[in-house]
Amino acid sequence: MKNSHNSPLLKVENLRIELTTRDGVAPVIDDLSLELRAGETLSFVGESGCGKSMTALALMGLLPEKVGRVAKGSICFNGEDLTTASPARLNEIRGNDISMIFQEPMTSLNPVYTIGEQIAEVLRRHRGMNKAAAWQRAIELLDAVRIPNPKNRVSDYPHQLSGGQRQRVMIAIALACEPKILIADEPTTALDVTVQAQIFDLMRDLGRELGTATILITHDMGAVAEMAERMIVMYAGRMAETGPVQQVIDHPRHPYTKGLISCVPHLLAQLTAERPPLAEIDGIVPSLKDFGRDECLFASRCERANEQCRNQRPPEVGFSAGQLSACWQAEDV
Amino acid sequence: MTFLRATFFRSLYAILLLIAVLVLNFSMMHMAPGDVADTIAQSMGGADPEIMAQIRADYGLDQPFLIQLATYVGKVLNFDLGFSFFYNQPVVSLILERLPATLLLVLGAQLLALTLGVVLGVISARNPNGMTSHLVTGLALFGYAAPVFWTGILCLIAFSLHLGWFPTSGMRDVTVAGGGWAKLLDIAHHAVLPIITLCSVYLALYSRLCRTAMLEVLGSDYVRTAKAKGLSARQVVYKHALKNAVSPVITLAGLQFSAVISGAVLVEAVYSWPGLGTLAFQSIIARDTPTILGILFFSALVVIVGNLLTDIALRLVDPRVGGKQ
Repeated sequence: MKNSHNSPLLKVENLRIELTTRDGVAPVIDDLSLELRAGETLSFVGESGCGKSMTALALMGLLPEKVGRVAKGSICFNGEDLTTASPARLNEIRGNDISMIFQEPMTSLNPVYTIGEQIAEVLRRHRGMNKAAAWQRAIELLDAVRIPNPKNRVSDYPHQLSGGQRQRVMIAIALACEPKILIADEPTTALDVTVQAQIFDLMRDLGRELGTATILITHDMGAVAEMAERMIVMYAGRMAETGPVQQVIDHPRHPYTKGLISCVPHLLAQLTAERPPLAEIDGIVPSLKDFGRDECLFASRCERANEQCRNQRPPEVGFSAGQLSACWQAEDV
Repeated sequence: MTFLRATFFRSLYAILLLIAVLVLNFSMMHMAPGDVADTIAQSMGGADPEIMAQIRADYGLDQPFLIQLATYVGKVLNFDLGFSFFYNQPVVSLILERLPATLLLVLGAQLLALTLGVVLGVISARNPNGMTSHLVTGLALFGYAAPVFWTGILCLIAFSLHLGWFPTSGMRDVTVAGGGWAKLLDIAHHAVLPIITLCSVYLALYSRLCRTAMLEVLGSDYVRTAKAKGLSARQVVYKHALKNAVSPVITLAGLQFSAVISGAVLVEAVYSWPGLGTLAFQSIIARDTPTILGILFFSALVVIVGNLLTDIALRLVDPRVGGKQ
């Protein structure tokens, strides 16, 4: 085992993912490096189209076939490079050591199989359990994700469950083999606010119980603050800023992070008080074909942007406690 | 329980529908000019009005329409489809005698088309730009465009006349002696071309539909979930995707059952296959009303039973279809 106490569970270095589109090849992830330690929660934040989901799919080895590919860099899990692993080896890891929860609980379960079968299947695949044992374990897992009356619900079909319940089943599938890493891609976006809190609670509790490291992909700053220890702010396929969550939220060193934080609406002490207008970051994410340019991609939306920002890609500037910011003016932000 | 209940009600509707078809068939035949008396008189070389009236009285054709209808429906419900004056035997035994030949043709063609269609559809969906995919597209184009009798004649010219691999017509060869395997082989030898001909149309439909359905399902979220579970490509495709993609194919196959019977008429005519299609064709020419009505009734029965079976098959494959909530 190469994995000692100090080396990270997952180490991504200079990852570049390219998508082949009609306009040519575009880097949806450009030079991304990160580390994840056992039991830790890391959060990816950013607008839609920033490459958050692509990062998740790349970690799972599930990039869209013939369209997306890892062009550069490495993804090391326990010292094993996943970018060069065989498909059979990836199948052993997926669902067992690294598993994933998706954004759309309504459509992520197969409509023609019972939820029990869909949970039991992954146990039979990776744990070599027989039919009866896997089914029994599926009932226990349904109980663990707090689905009432699991003995009866286990033979239900997905269409008989609510969205929140389906996401619980997805969590049960993902955690069935007690994975080392759980990737949650916007797990609560499609759910009611009250259910969102329950799902986050469940993920946190079970994650702690099993010692699972979590990568939480979200655009909800509230969820980040509550769930994660460290965060990575993504913009247009590049890392804008990273660091411990509290530090980044208290002292953002990138104008984009600052903008995202100011966008979080605040509850008013009194409903009668005058409501300030909602903050927003003007402009939109540049289109895919512009992702590879040698400039700060946020410059077009940044009020601090100058000539340098528009002509040269900014380097990562380090601060205390591992905080990094890819901004020419990081010191002044 | 709900499954049995639903099946019971569907069967009840099916019976009501069948009675409606009976009434409609009979009324339409009644409205058509000419009747059996005309045919009989014709075969006798003419008859005077008195004898014509006698024949009509004998066969109950002088009764009011409603009474004739009631008698007919009552008889059919007792499995009596009447007597064919042309073939000189009860219509039921006439149909039962021809049924095995048509069943062999229709079921053989359907099974072949379904199996091949699903396999080709899956393979071409997994590799949309591969050889099989182009083959399926080409096959579909041909199957849609070519009328079944034309395909049949083409097959006859190629495989029977020029290559001499298969017999040109009929279902048995009188020179082949003995029963058992020799007889079965002989029938199978005769059945190859008719089955392939009838199959061609349905193969085009099924492979094309299965390809489209499979392509859609392979891009769905639950297939991504299956991949994320670490299942092998074979399990992802054949366990998780195919069971979803096959629903529309089953629906279409059920709907096609009626068309298979009507298509069989043409194929049977080309290959002189002694089935229901040939019988229907001959009895229409002979204005053999009881036989035509019998075959129409039987076709309706096949369609309705086909729909019922489709319904049941769909419920078994997809739990969302009319199931428990």
